[in-house]
Amino acid sequence: MAIHEKSLIDVDRLLTHDNLVIDGVDVSGHWNTMITPRTLTDYDDSFEAKIQKIAGAENVHRCWQCGSCTNSCTMYAQNVNFNPRYWIYATRLGLKEEIIKDKDIIWQCVSCNKCTNICPKDVKPEGVMKALSHWLEEEGHTEETHSTTFDYEFWDQIAKRGRIEDSAVLKNFFAKTGQALAQDWLVEMVKRMMKHLPMTHLIHSALHAVFPPKTKSWGKTGDVLKAYVKEQKEAAHG
Amino acid sequence: MAKVAYYPGCALEGTGGPYDRSTRALVGELNLEMENLRDYNCCGAMEVKNVHPMLQTYLSARNLAIATEQMGFDTVMAPCNGCYHNLKKAEYELATSEESLATVQELAKKADDPVYNGNVRTIHLLEWLMEEVGPEGFKSRIKKSLNGIKIANYYGCMYTRPRQIYPEKDAGPGSESTYQPHFMDDLLSAAGAENVDFPLKTACCGGAHTLSDADTSTQLVLNLLQAAEDSGAEVIATECPTCHSGLEMHQVRAEKTFGIKTNVKIIYFTQLLGLAMGLSPRKLGIHENISDSIDFLKQKSVI
Repeated sequence: MAIHEKSLIDVDRLLTHDNLVIDGVDVSGHWNTMITPRTLTDYDDSFEAKIQKIAGAENVHRCWQCGSCTNSCTMYAQNVNFNPRYWIYATRLGLKEEIIKDKDIIWQCVSCNKCTNICPKDVKPEGVMKALSHWLEEEGHTEETHSTTFDYEFWDQIAKRGRIEDSAVLKNFFAKTGQALAQDWLVEMVKRMMKHLPMTHLIHSALHAVFPPKTKSWGKTGDVLKAYVKEQKEAAHG
Repeated sequence: MAKVAYYPGCALEGTGGPYDRSTRALVGELNLEMENLRDYNCCGAMEVKNVHPMLQTYLSARNLAIATEQMGFDTVMAPCNGCYHNLKKAEYELATSEESLATVQELAKKADDPVYNGNVRTIHLLEWLMEEVGPEGFKSRIKKSLNGIKIANYYGCMYTRPRQIYPEKDAGPGSESTYQPHFMDDLLSAAGAENVDFPLKTACCGGAHTLSDADTSTQLVLNLLQAAEDSGAEVIATECPTCHSGLEMHQVRAEKTFGIKTNVKIIYFTQLLGLAMGLSPRKLGIHENISDSIDFLKQKSVI
């Protein structure tokens, strides 16, 4: 069935009469805006089920569009185009193109959980945002984002040793994303850190970087978890 | 008095070092008992859940199982909001989803890891101090008042959200609140500080994208720093190494990259309580903070 949706408002469908007089009353201007409706037939009705298979988005079907997620969202306060309610709506209707339009910002979700905290239907919108980001990357609509590069740098260290070493995460992330390590603010930060720091701490930090912390009993845990993730991803995309 | 297993996590081994040192010094001074969680692993922080949510659940369950199965403890205490949140989330998920519990147990058997069986609770350092000592307890042990330093208490996201995994916080009078947390305010006011009315106690510092979306994080941190200054605060008290480092880092970044300077000091709540208990600034790692508060604390006659 075609979708006739009044809330999918494109800017170029807003019609304003610059000079309109009805019964002698001047009704020109913005308040007289009319919107040309649009009727959509190019939706994918398997899309919601596909997104639901990605871990974290299982509850997306529960949404009743109250908008509490967007209203509480940290990123919406930074950028009004960041609209979890709308992306959940588009997901449910199978409007993939609407998701793809916002491919460069969906990954910016900071996981503050304000949405999941307030959602009256337990949709867990934070999980849906992450699932949509994964879908965009895995289907090739976006390059790997810096956020994902960071996540995998982190996970690779855990998979190997059971723990991370934070200066290595920072160094490797900057190298992988082609950013210089000697950024102004970072240099300044290190200078301020050194101001009162005793020598023993410097030696401790250096040792920490050379011999990164590890979980001695880690054994085959990393391999078992990697195999599990591979199996789950194949099942979701198969 | 309950003895707890202490889970410092990776951040406190690294950049959060001053938080670890001040926690140990404070706990020692208060004669509370804790034992290091043996050979723990990383909880996965904010990152591994994006690779797969089960990784986060498993990593946390493994730590909880070390406490119960290998050490005989029923309580794990974490000072880091990220660790605390992940362990609580695992606790909640494994109590409410038989499927997740079965997966975790099966993975543990395959990996020869201790198997999670529940019967364990996670508490935050702040909650533990409230439970064991409380504001009255602190009042009787204060050696040096914080002399009315004006403090904005910053609790962050992970200590209170999502509320579903913290039912005990919203249990009425005497409990913490996920909506308006107050435990840090209670303890610091007992130590002689003046808490300002800070509207962003549980706002987000952008910690999850602190490097991968640095401009957003700088903006979010500036919101906190500027709101704290607007509220009259001289200090922001923190209870999470990721928030703390994020605030310090983006305070510098805002200054160097955007020319926006803020003067509010960023200090761990354990460092502030430690000073009030008469512990030395060195022992509390105050000189290791990037946000340099030493002159300020001298001026306020706190050190």
